[in-house]
Amino acid sequence: MAERSFKKEVEQLRLGDGDVFEGEGILAVTKALLQAGVAYVGGYQGSPISHLMDVFADADPLLRELGVHFESSASEAAAGAMLAASINYPLRGAVAWKSVVGTNVASDALSNLASGGVKGGALIIIGEDYGEGSSIMQERTHAFAMKSQMWLLDPRPNLPTMVDMVEKGFELSEASNTPVMIEMRVRSCHMTGSFVARDNRRPAMTVGEAAANPTRDLDRIVLPPANFLHEIEKVEKRWPAGQAFVRDNRLNEWFGPERDDIGIIVQGGLFNTLNRALELAGLSDVWGGAKVPIYCLNVVYPIIPEEVTAFCAGKKAVLVLEEGQPEFIEHELNTLLRRADLNTRVVGKDVMPRAGEYSGQVIGDGLAKFFAAWAPGRIAPQSKVATPEPELAKEVPQRPAGFCTGCPERPIFSAMKLVQKELGELHVSADIGCHLFSILPPFHIGNTTMGYGLGSAGASAFKPSEGGKRAVAMMGDGGFWHNGLTSGIGNAVFNQDDTVTIIVDNGYSAATGGQDILSSRASNDIRTTNHPIEKAVRGIGVKWARTLTRTYDVARMRDTLREALTSKEAGPKVIVAQSECMLNKQRRVKPLLAKAAREGKRVVRERFGVDAETCTGDHACIRLSGCPSLSIRPNPDPLRSHPVTHIDNTCVGCGNCGEVAHAAVLCPSFWKAEVVINPGRWEQLAHRFRRWVIGWLQRSHSRHIAARAF
Amino acid sequence: MDAALGRSDRITIAVLALGGEGGGVLADWIQDVGRANGYRVQGTSVPGVAQRTGSTVYYIEMVRAGEGGANRPDPVLAMMPVPGDVDIVIASELMETGRAILRGFVSKDRTTLIGSTHRVYAIAEKSSLGDGTGANERILDAASRRAARFIGFDMAAAARESGSVISSIMFGALAASRALPFDRDTFEAAIREGGKAVEANLGGFSAGFERAVSGDPAAQEAAAPRQPTTEAGRALHQRITANLPQSAHALAIEGAARLMDWQDARYAALYLDRLESLHGVHADLVEPAARHLALWMAYDDTIRVADLKIRSVRLDGVAKEVGTKPGQLLSVTEYMHPRLQEVCETLPAGLGEAILASPTLSRWLAPLFRRGRHVTTTSLRWYLMLRGLAALRPIRRRSLRYRIEQERIERWLGLVADTARADPAAAVELLACQSLIKGYSDTFERSLHSFETVIEAAREKLIGRADAASQIAALRQAALADEEGTALGCAIKGLEPHRTVA
Repeated sequence: MAERSFKKEVEQLRLGDGDVFEGEGILAVTKALLQAGVAYVGGYQGSPISHLMDVFADADPLLRELGVHFESSASEAAAGAMLAASINYPLRGAVAWKSVVGTNVASDALSNLASGGVKGGALIIIGEDYGEGSSIMQERTHAFAMKSQMWLLDPRPNLPTMVDMVEKGFELSEASNTPVMIEMRVRSCHMTGSFVARDNRRPAMTVGEAAANPTRDLDRIVLPPANFLHEIEKVEKRWPAGQAFVRDNRLNEWFGPERDDIGIIVQGGLFNTLNRALELAGLSDVWGGAKVPIYCLNVVYPIIPEEVTAFCAGKKAVLVLEEGQPEFIEHELNTLLRRADLNTRVVGKDVMPRAGEYSGQVIGDGLAKFFAAWAPGRIAPQSKVATPEPELAKEVPQRPAGFCTGCPERPIFSAMKLVQKELGELHVSADIGCHLFSILPPFHIGNTTMGYGLGSAGASAFKPSEGGKRAVAMMGDGGFWHNGLTSGIGNAVFNQDDTVTIIVDNGYSAATGGQDILSSRASNDIRTTNHPIEKAVRGIGVKWARTLTRTYDVARMRDTLREALTSKEAGPKVIVAQSECMLNKQRRVKPLLAKAAREGKRVVRERFGVDAETCTGDHACIRLSGCPSLSIRPNPDPLRSHPVTHIDNTCVGCGNCGEVAHAAVLCPSFWKAEVVINPGRWEQLAHRFRRWVIGWLQRSHSRHIAARAF
Repeated sequence: MDAALGRSDRITIAVLALGGEGGGVLADWIQDVGRANGYRVQGTSVPGVAQRTGSTVYYIEMVRAGEGGANRPDPVLAMMPVPGDVDIVIASELMETGRAILRGFVSKDRTTLIGSTHRVYAIAEKSSLGDGTGANERILDAASRRAARFIGFDMAAAARESGSVISSIMFGALAASRALPFDRDTFEAAIREGGKAVEANLGGFSAGFERAVSGDPAAQEAAAPRQPTTEAGRALHQRITANLPQSAHALAIEGAARLMDWQDARYAALYLDRLESLHGVHADLVEPAARHLALWMAYDDTIRVADLKIRSVRLDGVAKEVGTKPGQLLSVTEYMHPRLQEVCETLPAGLGEAILASPTLSRWLAPLFRRGRHVTTTSLRWYLMLRGLAALRPIRRRSLRYRIEQERIERWLGLVADTARADPAAAVELLACQSLIKGYSDTFERSLHSFETVIEAAREKLIGRADAASQIAALRQAALADEEGTALGCAIKGLEPHRTVA
């Protein structure tokens, strides 16, 4: 099992009618699924929706009671394909993933799903990883909704609204036979709030019941001539049905005065930020009492023409707040207004930035421009922005993300840096996962990253010329099982690639929160684990494969990598580098050790340190490590000025710094301390004897030193 | 005006923390204490990859329920801080305090800034070949200048001393600041409610509370100058105060003491001979030379390392650092990697040279020293081995390394003296170049190469030029820019006279 427990959250899922739920947005959505009678749930973990997957994974007894099927899908494509269960049967199904990347992976299944259309409600929960804190390319999922014709909900950040939109989303999907995406921005996912819960509902039909009574409709399968039929259905039936549902159920919202000659059209997800910007401009208050009409799009696709024309009629201009680009909504509004022959001016990206997150400041600046042009005098002057301090900016360093303290991936890159010192720079095709931090200081390793599990495929064009250097590909165990086994290793075997792939096997899908995967070592009650990666790569045809069971052995890692790079043998080489993710290991081991120590059992605690007297402040060790616990402090030596290396008490004793000092022949300053808690009796006796002899020697040594002292 | 009303009604709080510091826990406590006091509270964050050691912002808004908006629907609270609209900023580290200021979260008219003054160094600062750390004073200055109120103290130290974590210290400081209109016991209730490590967190809370009220303890007074304890020490002390300029006394005393510890009084006397001779050339040389000559003369060889590792003060220091408790057993293992080169350099010069010069002997012996050693200093075997190595000190003058280093030092001092006659400023810079020489084995060779490259460039291209001093300083900086010597190479290339294109 993943090393974190979500028991408390699971309790929240059990709340019934009238109870008040308090918690994060994504958990509210999770609860809303059960209230809506969902029959099956799947997905692939990733920020910001990992929580949904984690909580469901821990909620097995509850899901069993309700007859809800849950699975941790192998990939977003697998999750998307699972929604096929809603095509023939009135089953409500939901899947979740990080977008836009997950939607990219799932897009083949989604296109097929959207083409055939659904009978049961199909909901795709999109964790839109855009803006501050994002780790992926900045694109809009909106484009997928449009090209495949799936409806896109963007509920305003308010728990009751989000919960309601889940329920309404299913209904909308069923009313229009169209899959529905619900977009959850990062901050909405982690936003806390409350809503009044309702009882969970057993699905009207369970997946078991559907499987027992198969039905089939040839017209739902994407093959001529049905595929042409689907296209017509989308335009003639599903689209109007969807629009009618959104309109009749008033899924969009209106705020502020009814009449005005200007107005604002905003994506639901941006509503709170807009309200704050208006508040600071004297045009709203903390209770959403706007003094300018706002049309809040909780449904951003499809747009409802009647609503748009009614809102714009009689207005000189409307401001459209649409984050990201291209500005699909703005384009559509312009088209709709032209068709309706309305002269309302649509102001959008001409005053708002085309790229980047719409923060309160950004929206405030846009409002100022819009009001200056269309309603001068109605807006309070902008509050003074604090004067910048360029001198200060020079002192405040960047803090890029990096490997955790004791991370087993660090020594892999330490070893790679040492190999590069011998063989020269390597072309390294990186992958998605914690190991991608190698591209940052202090390692500076990695040339490209093409997507999850695509490390090896990203290196496949590099065929070494006679005597040339082989390219190196990185891959995590998560990416390997996601698709890397086939798209990377299988591809390399088939095409007789001559690349070296390092697969980081840390026992978890670590970067997404430590979920179990096929090769996890832990046993898991509801999944099967312990499928070795080396067996899989040999099964697919790799001849040269090595598994290293301790990544912290930097010298061995370096030698194995050197061998893989220089071996005469042709064909792909795979090194499986195993050590448990330290973050998860600490979660697992720390309480166990503390308990053992309390019970009087023998426990050994290890920690590393650096002697300030012998450290000369070159910091080569840090450049080969970057461990958070390996830091610096002012030099205690009055003669020296450069800071010395220092290991703080957060050290978990992984041993990497000592091994690096050895492998790179650095310096003798590193030490490892082993503290034995609750030692045995013989051990104590032997220790006392040693202490006695060494103490005697030390006293004589001290006398010598004192004799020649200043 | 409504806007003004809305503002006075709500409280906005930004918490800037590093991954793993418990910023999320702190944000939860703040939300709990707000709710317990009848406020409508919303928190947001963007954890994601920042959880892995990066810096991240937790943002909390609260508005009083039952007043003003009692009959209104839910409040509409913002998802992220707007510059100029933050009432309370809590930063877990000094540079994060600086970052909050840079992001415009701190304003003079309303922000209470609660920031720890300790440093968690960023990777760019840590990985520098020399000193890459940012200037603390500048941040502290900006914090007191730009916040309505700045409460700053070393919260990491407070956490250590109270056996707690920094999040509870920050929470205590927040309570003490009175920036939230809630009673102390409601804060403590939030910690109890949280249910995790309650006692430790309450201890941290009250430590944070006290420190926020009382401020940082006064800085410790500077250590008194070292006084001689032996006859030989007194003689050297006498010589220093009599013959060297006042400005150099402290460093020269430190240097002499270091060299007595490193070798003996005779060696410290050699140090003073050299200083006095530089004094004869130019008085400005003595102070920098007192520092750099001492460091060079006390070069780190195997004998010195062994001598330091076996001292009782050192083992006591390790026990203290790792926090060994009574009844627990401590063992200490060193990661040593003496290569044949270092071993031969410890041997008498003739023998060491002979081995290194003989390919056959080197080939036979090298494998013995190819692997690193795990030296358990607390075991009898290794302790005796290191004690034996340290006991070679009396015959160190005959070692190969001693001869090599004294030759290098003499060459360097010769160049310094020659340069000082015409350009003392440049000579001072040449002295400072000693700081480039660092480390052991490969690191030592790389750094020595940098040093020699800079000295060579100075000798060939700079000495005699009007800007020699500043150019040497620039080369020294360049030598510390990267391990590969790229920046230094470029800098030296840049010294070539510009050629005009015909």
